[in-house]
Amino acid sequence: MNEPTNKNAFLHGLRQSLVVTLILLLLCGFVFPVLLSGISMVLFPSQANGSLIYINGQAVGSAYIGQDFTEPYFMKGRPSAYNYNTYYEDEQGNKYYNDGSRFAGLSSGSNNYAPSNPELAERVEADIQSFLEANPDVKRENIPADLMTASGSGLDPHITPASARIQIPALAASSGLRVEKLEQIVQDNTKGKFLGVFGEETVNVIGVNLDIAEAMGLLENKDK
Amino acid sequence: MIQLVLTLIIYLILVIPVGRYLYHIAAEKRTFADPLFDRVDGAIYKLSGIEPHKGMNWKQYAMALIGTNAVMTAIGYILLRIQSIPLFNPNSIEGMEPTLAFNTIISFMTNTNLQHYSGESGLSYLSQMLVIIFMMFVSAASGYSACMAFIRGLAGKTKDNVGNFFADLVRITTRVLLPFSLIGGLLLVWQGVPQNFSKNVVVQTMEGTFQVLAMGPVAALEIIKHLGTNGGGFFGGNSATPMENPTILSNLIELYSMMLLPGACVITFGKMLSDGRLRYQESNSPGNAPVRREGITARIFGKEGRSIFLGMGILFLAGLSLCFRAEQQGNPVLAELGLNQSEGNMEGKEVRFGIAQSALFTTVTTSFTTGTVNNMHDTLTPLGGMVPMLHMMLNCVFGGKGVGLMNMILYAILAVFICGLMVGRTPEYLGKKIEGREMKLTALAIMIHPLLILAFSALAVATAAGQAGITNPGFHGLSQVLYEYASSAANNGSGFEGLADNTYFWNITTGIVMFLGRYLPIVIQLAIAGSLMKKNYVNESTGTLSTGSVGFAVILVFVVYIFAALTFFPALVLGPIAEHLTLLG
Repeated sequence: MNEPTNKNAFLHGLRQSLVVTLILLLLCGFVFPVLLSGISMVLFPSQANGSLIYINGQAVGSAYIGQDFTEPYFMKGRPSAYNYNTYYEDEQGNKYYNDGSRFAGLSSGSNNYAPSNPELAERVEADIQSFLEANPDVKRENIPADLMTASGSGLDPHITPASARIQIPALAASSGLRVEKLEQIVQDNTKGKFLGVFGEETVNVIGVNLDIAEAMGLLENKDK
Repeated sequence: MIQLVLTLIIYLILVIPVGRYLYHIAAEKRTFADPLFDRVDGAIYKLSGIEPHKGMNWKQYAMALIGTNAVMTAIGYILLRIQSIPLFNPNSIEGMEPTLAFNTIISFMTNTNLQHYSGESGLSYLSQMLVIIFMMFVSAASGYSACMAFIRGLAGKTKDNVGNFFADLVRITTRVLLPFSLIGGLLLVWQGVPQNFSKNVVVQTMEGTFQVLAMGPVAALEIIKHLGTNGGGFFGGNSATPMENPTILSNLIELYSMMLLPGACVITFGKMLSDGRLRYQESNSPGNAPVRREGITARIFGKEGRSIFLGMGILFLAGLSLCFRAEQQGNPVLAELGLNQSEGNMEGKEVRFGIAQSALFTTVTTSFTTGTVNNMHDTLTPLGGMVPMLHMMLNCVFGGKGVGLMNMILYAILAVFICGLMVGRTPEYLGKKIEGREMKLTALAIMIHPLLILAFSALAVATAAGQAGITNPGFHGLSQVLYEYASSAANNGSGFEGLADNTYFWNITTGIVMFLGRYLPIVIQLAIAGSLMKKNYVNESTGTLSTGSVGFAVILVFVVYIFAALTFFPALVLGPIAEHLTLLG
């Protein structure tokens, strides 16, 4: 009598496995994300769509994602393995990072250099050199470490307040803004620790640069 | 320092109610939400022909788990291969290559979430939802189901019924994972995690250049990734990327989501065993013997749960301290260049998290075997990077989705066995005699893990195909290999991501390791529970080793460390420790 019962038990088990899989597939893989999107769009529409920053109706970036800034009057963020996914196009439509190398497509992450990897020391040394050239008043030992090290995501929008302050003299010279004005801008874009305890103090670089651009009157011209 | 202490204290407060809730689910006791969930579950049972009260023995349970996982794997594999279809695919992602799809599907079914692809360029939104998010729910639910069956076996209500797998799978998904995910997911969106189905956005920056910004149903994936201790990111940069983890608050939400359920499992274990004990004592003393009131921690965690929780806690704190200290010291090579290291080792870390929250996240993600990262582990200092590696090698410091608890019970059995040998008594654990069959199975289960890690690492460094993946020179190269297999065998999924691992060799070998590392221990552990539940309780005597005491927690810690030191020490000396010494020298 064993044979048919075994077969039936197997088929019954298979049916349960198959149907429960399909139900959970629908519930967890489809209903849940769609439901969450729906509620989010109603409650938090800006965040759900990527916290984009609009200037004169045009999106220029996201509040949470850093950008690669090259103009001398803009504050610089941290090194990024993917140049913050910022690129330019030539006439043929080829895409390049600001440093001239080929754009790798949307990415995130770091170079994953081990502390002992000589390429890490080389990159940091090169970055220190160019930073000292751009900021002649700064002494090497006063450069904060976060400004010369790459973030884990390659998209870190923040630097520490010390890294922001140290750039102010050079920024004042190239932007023509007063030092006090720049200090105020940095202050406005500084966020303290959560409840005064959790996390670290951060300065949002894209926020600072938007304010610098506004103070310099660049944003009005841009629209044309 | 203060923020670490506070973060952990809040965890201890949060884990107690969640533990209570999970205990009610596992022991099928009533909860406030039953009127709703009973209906949902009832409908699912009816549609799929599940008889929730039909018990299974451990073999049937294991077969149902593996069978169902096999069906899920098959469906997921097909979806990955055909993901190029224009359905929820606004960024026109191509289909996935076979060995990568093989690796990916095993990785997500086994709750490892090792990723040899980058989400932003490798997966369509359809795959992110129907494969990745789906797998994150069901692989976690499968793990917790196994853990519940294991606990039921140890608590010994009946002689062979460990519960119904299908009912467990459904109950955990609908009553724990889905509601928690919905609330947590909304909190993450509030903090700035995107949740939409739009195409990636290209913006023109203030400098006239362009920037491409990733979109997608990120929050939905992000919350279950942590809650189910899965760990696979929507993006290549995982929880370091601001779209996945934009603020310190989102970081704390993610941290707690991955810590709550594994801790709650220990509480469930403690409470269910206390119940079992009580039943046994009542049936033995029919008279109204006065019930001794127990202390507050024993009532919250259960006596046996308390010592296990304490043991895990000690191991966790030791690892966290070492990782935090090492990262705080900074990188001596950069110090030599004249770069001030008072901020600590910031390469690969985000400014908003700093050293403290990064070190905490690193230790948690590998202790609770999630595998999500908020900083890049490859860039950790040698000793800081040794901690996550070691915790995956131990694989019992809380551990993910219930499996860590099951591993820790094996070490507990080993501990009572060693103590029993010292005094010359038959060892007992949880009121049951530990005999030859249990010890053989325990030894087997404990041996599989180091065998997988060390044998496959040896294979990788001995072959050209394996060596080709190494990207950092010197001793760190070996660390990359060790880390990858430790992560696979422990079903963790984090990586020393520099490893160039999307090759046939790495896809296939890690696929095998993940598969064996997941299912062999689960089957063996269920077998141990099945064997123990058949035995009768033995009466406690003065010679019985009390396994509910602080002393036992300390013994447990030593057994775990001695065991790990013996097996993994030589490999660790050649990898991270050697790198540390050369950095100093």
